[in-house]
Amino acid sequence: MEKLLQVDDLRTWFRTSRGIVKAVDGVSFDVAPGKTRAIVGESGCGKSITALSILQLVPEPAGYIESGKIHFGGEDILERSWTDMRGLRGREIAMIFQEPMTSLNPTRTIGWQLSEAMTVHGKDAPAARARALELLERVGLRDPNAALRQYPHELSGGMRQRVMIAIALANRPKLLIADEPTTALDVTVQAQIMSLIKELQDELGMAMLLITHDLGIVSEVAHDVSVMYAGQVVEAAPTRDLFHDPRHPYTQGLFASLPARNRRGKDLMTLDGIVPDAANWPTGCRFAERCAHRLDACSAPPALHGSGTHRQVRCHLPSAMEVTK
Amino acid sequence: MLRFILRRLLQAIPTLLGVLTLTWFLFFGTASAESIARRNLSSKDPTPAQVQGWIKEHGYDQPPAVQLRKATVDMLMFKFGKSDATKEDIWTRIRQGAGPSIVVSSTIFIGTVFGAILVAVLAAAFRGTYIDKTTTIVCVLLMSVVYTVYVIGGQYFLSKQLRYGPIWGFDPASGLFKYILVPSAIGFAAGIATEIRLYRTFLLDEISQDYVRTARAKGVSETRILAQHVLKNALIPIITNTVAVIPGLILGGLLLENFFGIPGLGSYLFEALGSNDFSVVRAMVFLGTLLYIFGLIMTDIAYAIVDPRVRID
Repeated sequence: MEKLLQVDDLRTWFRTSRGIVKAVDGVSFDVAPGKTRAIVGESGCGKSITALSILQLVPEPAGYIESGKIHFGGEDILERSWTDMRGLRGREIAMIFQEPMTSLNPTRTIGWQLSEAMTVHGKDAPAARARALELLERVGLRDPNAALRQYPHELSGGMRQRVMIAIALANRPKLLIADEPTTALDVTVQAQIMSLIKELQDELGMAMLLITHDLGIVSEVAHDVSVMYAGQVVEAAPTRDLFHDPRHPYTQGLFASLPARNRRGKDLMTLDGIVPDAANWPTGCRFAERCAHRLDACSAPPALHGSGTHRQVRCHLPSAMEVTK
Repeated sequence: MLRFILRRLLQAIPTLLGVLTLTWFLFFGTASAESIARRNLSSKDPTPAQVQGWIKEHGYDQPPAVQLRKATVDMLMFKFGKSDATKEDIWTRIRQGAGPSIVVSSTIFIGTVFGAILVAVLAAAFRGTYIDKTTTIVCVLLMSVVYTVYVIGGQYFLSKQLRYGPIWGFDPASGLFKYILVPSAIGFAAGIATEIRLYRTFLLDEISQDYVRTARAKGVSETRILAQHVLKNALIPIITNTVAVIPGLILGGLLLENFFGIPGLGSYLFEALGSNDFSVVRAMVFLGTLLYIFGLIMTDIAYAIVDPRVRID
């Protein structure tokens, strides 16, 4: 099947006073049309920077895309200039951010900001206004007519995230990048927002790249998962396979750290140690220091085995490599 | 809104009383009535009788409580009285002086604010490039020069060498423009650098906000982001910074007016300070305080207009 988004060996680095921080260091994954891929990993593993790289929104001038290819609908969009990307942003690829509290302009009304998402892509103002009302209704704002004239501070976090979703979906994009869309929200609101996103995704038939650290959400909405650690993908598989049979010791650790019915009463597992410094990645396996199954071979960097197949694992362990055959 | 203004005006009364009392104590803490009398008497070596006569005439022989009441309560009733030095009616003089002061200082103010916003937006739009860096260097240079150097240098080059306007004097009847051109240019050059640096910081603070990233993700152009998103938010601190000084424009510039012989309120106060003319000083201090309080109220109102999160009630 033709992929909608294909990221190949993406490297997004940052120039800092401590040297070059390789936040994203050789990441590959793809998203099929209408499907959802989740990227999971802990804070600082590079998952948000990966998302921002797709839209060329990495904070400049410190951040830059060192190398890699990002194909969207067959076109290598990294070849596009920053200005040419504008036609894609918000129209073909839309993005929702983590912080609904600060992601909206405090001095402009909801209606203004929502309409702008459409007028910058050529829709005339009255049509944009009408569609804005329609969108606010669709994302479940209680009084969409009033909301058009309201300012962000007059809405709750959950309502603001609904507005962000409305902005993202305004132009019926082919791909939605959702960067931890529920992290900043109350638990009860989280479920509502996630099911709204899922519902709208099915309605519009769009693909989604979901950045999250919440494995619960992943199991509910994602078709495929890529697990990131220290700027790299360490394991990728269809969601069901990954949850059923995690192969990489890091992925196994992630699952073991969650409460589960069959381990009732036992302490939750924790991974010892911390993520290595992004300015100075270990030369060998980046997870080796925290890994319980470390081998001699782990002082050399492991390759991502099984590229092109439905499961990929970046590990020297025979048990990990086995399943990829 | 009306209740807010009323409340703030009532709050202003104790502030004004405090300022006036403090001024009175400061003035008579540093100079005795006798020394003031000597300064103001025309003869070189006045007799004790002359001195006592002057003190009596101006009411400085009355008990301190009566004097203090005169220096505070009368002011609140806008009874400014007559000048100690020239016996002119102070209120008349203030009315005459306000015009020239307003003309010169509002020209400087408007030019500085709009000029600074323009340059700051350019610097922010081209942040990190040579345009931004050149602006920074020029601003720092402008800021490192002492104000009097601008005045004297401006008088020499613009007035004397280039003859853009008179060095001294003010006669609007023979063409206002030539009288305000050079002083305004000097005030502009001396003040704009600080404002540019400040506004640039305000703008850059906004550019790094999350909502700017959202706008970029929507496909909004950088020009539009600056004009439609960033500027409106940066105007909040800019306005807070400028509205408060607007009423102060009436008082004019102490030095500038004095150097150019502009008969505004700035030079009036300057003369009064030089001649220990307490009745003029206290009237001007009162006026200044009043205008400043007025400016603060205006700032709050302006705040509520630009920032939808702020509401006055």
